[in-house]
Amino acid sequence: MIAVYLILLVPIIGMGVLGLYGHRHRAGRTNVEFNACALAATIVLAWIVLDRGPILSGDKLFYIDAFNVYLIGLTALVGLTTAIFSGPYMENERLHGRLNNRRLRLYYAMYQGFMLAMYLVLTTNNMGLLWVAMEGATLATVLLVSLYRTPEAVEAAWKYFILCGVGIALALFGTILLYFAAEHINGMGADGLTWSVLYERGAELDPTVAKIAFVFLLVGYGTKIGLVPMHSWLPDAHSEGPTPMSAILSGLLLNDALYAVVRSKMIIDRAVGTQQAGLLMMCFGMVSFLVAVLLLHRQRDIKRLFSYSSIEHMGTMTFAFGVGGGLATFAALLHMTVHSLTKSAIFVTVGHAAQIAKTQRIDNIRGLINTQPMVGWGLLIGTLAIAGFPPFGVFVSEFLVLVATMETYPWLTLPLLLGIGIAFAGLFRHLHPMVYGTAPEGQKPVEANMAPVFLHLLIVLWLGLSIPGVLSNWFGEATRLISGERLL
Amino acid sequence: MEPIEAGVFYTQTVGFLAAMIVFTAFVMLAQGKLITLINSFALQGFLLALITVVVAKVLGYRHLYISAGMTLVLKGMMIPWLLRYLVVRMGLHRHVDPAERPVHLMLIGASLVVFSYYVTLPIVRLSMLETRNILAVSMATIFLGMLLMISRRLAVTHVVGFMVIENGLFFSAVVSTYGMPMVVELGIAFDVLVAAVLFGVFFFQIRESIDSLDVDKLNRLREEQE
Amino acid sequence: MTWLLNILEPLLFIAAAPLFAGWIKWLKCLAQNRKPPMPWQPYRDLAKLFRKETLVAEQASWIFYTAPYIIFSVAVLAATVVPFVSVDMPTAEIADVIVLVGFFALARFFQALAGMDIGTAFGGMGSSREMTIASFAEPAFLMAVFTLAVSASTTNLSAAIEYHLAHPHLIHPSYVFAALALMLVAIAESGRIPVDNPATHLELTMIHEAMILEYSGRYLALIEWAAQIRLMIYGVLLANVFCPWGIAQDTGLSELAVGVVAIAVKLAILNMVLVASETVLAKMRLFRVAQYLGFAYFLGTLGMLIHIVVEVGT
Repeated sequence: MIAVYLILLVPIIGMGVLGLYGHRHRAGRTNVEFNACALAATIVLAWIVLDRGPILSGDKLFYIDAFNVYLIGLTALVGLTTAIFSGPYMENERLHGRLNNRRLRLYYAMYQGFMLAMYLVLTTNNMGLLWVAMEGATLATVLLVSLYRTPEAVEAAWKYFILCGVGIALALFGTILLYFAAEHINGMGADGLTWSVLYERGAELDPTVAKIAFVFLLVGYGTKIGLVPMHSWLPDAHSEGPTPMSAILSGLLLNDALYAVVRSKMIIDRAVGTQQAGLLMMCFGMVSFLVAVLLLHRQRDIKRLFSYSSIEHMGTMTFAFGVGGGLATFAALLHMTVHSLTKSAIFVTVGHAAQIAKTQRIDNIRGLINTQPMVGWGLLIGTLAIAGFPPFGVFVSEFLVLVATMETYPWLTLPLLLGIGIAFAGLFRHLHPMVYGTAPEGQKPVEANMAPVFLHLLIVLWLGLSIPGVLSNWFGEATRLISGERLL
Repeated sequence: MEPIEAGVFYTQTVGFLAAMIVFTAFVMLAQGKLITLINSFALQGFLLALITVVVAKVLGYRHLYISAGMTLVLKGMMIPWLLRYLVVRMGLHRHVDPAERPVHLMLIGASLVVFSYYVTLPIVRLSMLETRNILAVSMATIFLGMLLMISRRLAVTHVVGFMVIENGLFFSAVVSTYGMPMVVELGIAFDVLVAAVLFGVFFFQIRESIDSLDVDKLNRLREEQE
Repeated sequence: MTWLLNILEPLLFIAAAPLFAGWIKWLKCLAQNRKPPMPWQPYRDLAKLFRKETLVAEQASWIFYTAPYIIFSVAVLAATVVPFVSVDMPTAEIADVIVLVGFFALARFFQALAGMDIGTAFGGMGSSREMTIASFAEPAFLMAVFTLAVSASTTNLSAAIEYHLAHPHLIHPSYVFAALALMLVAIAESGRIPVDNPATHLELTMIHEAMILEYSGRYLALIEWAAQIRLMIYGVLLANVFCPWGIAQDTGLSELAVGVVAIAVKLAILNMVLVASETVLAKMRLFRVAQYLGFAYFLGTLGMLIHIVVEVGT
């Protein structure tokens, strides 16, 4: 249990310390150290959970099982590697005069604040606190989106704030409805929002209210996942904010919003007893996937390009969770992992690429592989991985999604396959000139730390070749929790 | 005259206050003057606190007094005061943010009330609470807040709309479940407070960047055509 | 006994109507720091008009001659429908509130025709404006009344009032909206500020006065009187339907006395509200009247919705 409190305590202290000293030269490294501490605590926690099964804190406020402990681990890992990248990156931004000391302090404090919100989302057992933490994540990141204070950045931040604020308000309404339904079960008392209790007694919830509640929850948290048609904040926020923030938004926030939806679905499925919640998720997922795939072709900004790719992958995951069943759920969990690793790696690389070319316009980024081979290769391999090339992990998870779809809804495999093909074409027509084109005169390499990128890509490659036993047991356990089917 | 029973008094008072809350939402929808808009919002916060007190008093839920106090301070005083201060400071206190086609807006608002009634109908059947019907009113308040945001151009009005949504959420929690658990309630209040402060920060950022608070002018980020 | 009362009550109503109008004027003058005419001044005006010679334009048709009588008698009939001092009126039980609206419409119809009959520009303009306003006001009026009718499950005014008296503890949120809507409609229909200004004959703004510009002598007296009755009907409607307390429920003498005092007090309060609003508000442009009445209609609708959503089933 102490590990849980430690995970939450570290970012709180980090927030305070970096809020005061975030402008110092060492701040980047301090940020890394705090994230490393959190990761260490996470590893301890994961080990305990894997060893002894789910743990529930005394006041029922925190609950850790196989599903969320793996996401906590992922969050801590991506948080750490992005922090490693962000130190030199932000220093570079300061040297170029885009940031001053105050904004740098704000940036580091909010980085820790965001991590805190994410850990709280993942560890809490209370649906209400889950909401509070999710809203807290919006509040922490919204000032980061407008960090550069350009009109575009302010606009993106405003859009993000308003859209996510309203969207998440709907999720709160769904939560209230859920609480309302729970209060009608005898002996619930104050546990009406406690997830573990709700899950146990889910079958007693009124199905009609549960259904309506789920619609609100899905639309509300779906706004944060970036599901079409509530997606319009996502590309803006990703493209206008500082790059490390794009990496953690794409790699963590979207995942955690999806986590909230899946947690709700687990309760609702028990109450409703049919596939309705899943069908709704499949609809949203499929639409998001297809729309994002088509929009990939029209992007001219490199970060917008990859944020649409994020929408595409979030759509795939939502779809897979919606399909339900052991295989699809396993695939979705794997996809969550590999996508968040690959995408954060790509955003880190893109950040360097943009600093090399001094622009985010795809047309002006040329010949990276000549100017700075490491960045060029990173972008190339990352894009290969995200497009679903074998032998990377994304290929495996997408393949599993396809197989699961083939088993349950065969005719839906066609649009999925088609979409993957279109996305592939969309990514590569932009990628090719950026990597191999002729570099413009006077393009100079920048100081870049590509170790986290290659670490992520290596893990993704490894997951594609063979999933280690520990991890597959872990996924298997999570799959059993979510879908009720034992896969392995 | 027969004596008024406590139960009937309760239902009637809560019903009356609920009607007034949704009415203030409509007033905001029709109102163009920013200061009046903010004042109606303050009134709504005050009514919300009052309804919470009534629920707490009649049904004896102690923790609702705290919620009522927080609502009164936060939504009845602090946020309206903050907005008023910002509006005066930015010289917008005589500014009018008119709704285009107010009559249409009102009719849409009325149909939203019908819609929320329709949505909550199956929920209401389940409940034995006296205030169960008011759930529809609270949901309508949420939708009306959204409508307010959609129909206007000024950032200030958007913020008021956002806060009306928050009011509607709190309202629905009070009437349907007699408030949320205290931890959650505190968390939500904290989020609202932080959001209000951030909105204030954003007013200045937006004005700095486009020299106005007209959010319709924030239109640089579009899907570019090839 | 009840029938006797039923005859006496409308007579009292008709007799009191000019006093009500004069009272408003008196109070308004006081509120605006002017020297007021005595409240019974309208009686003197009416008496003077009845004595005066009646001049009629050459082109006038029979409509012009008969319209004042029709308007006045319809006003009298309408007065019999509204419970004034006691609830228990046989005529009020025969006719319901939709009939009342019908009466108003009938009077308005003839008034508009008479306004156009002579063929002067002002008459036609007044008629057209009157009909425009009426087409907005009538739905709003009906909507407000329906809200009432739905909660009392009757469109009959006596029955509705009795229902109220039987359930004194019901605070109906919907009534607040219905009452507001009805008040707005009443102001528009009886030609008060901010829709019309009864005190002016300024060509371009007048509505009601424009239609009766060609009348003189006893015709004018009848029409003016009918207008005063109509104003009072709206007042009594608001007073008795939304706060029926004090109205006589049987025919005992003391009950009736209480009833008279109660209605007088209620009208006095309404009077003050009206005077306050007329003093504060300015007349609005004609084109804004549609918006104003649209708001009244909306309030009525909202009242109905609130009734269905909040009150039914609790």
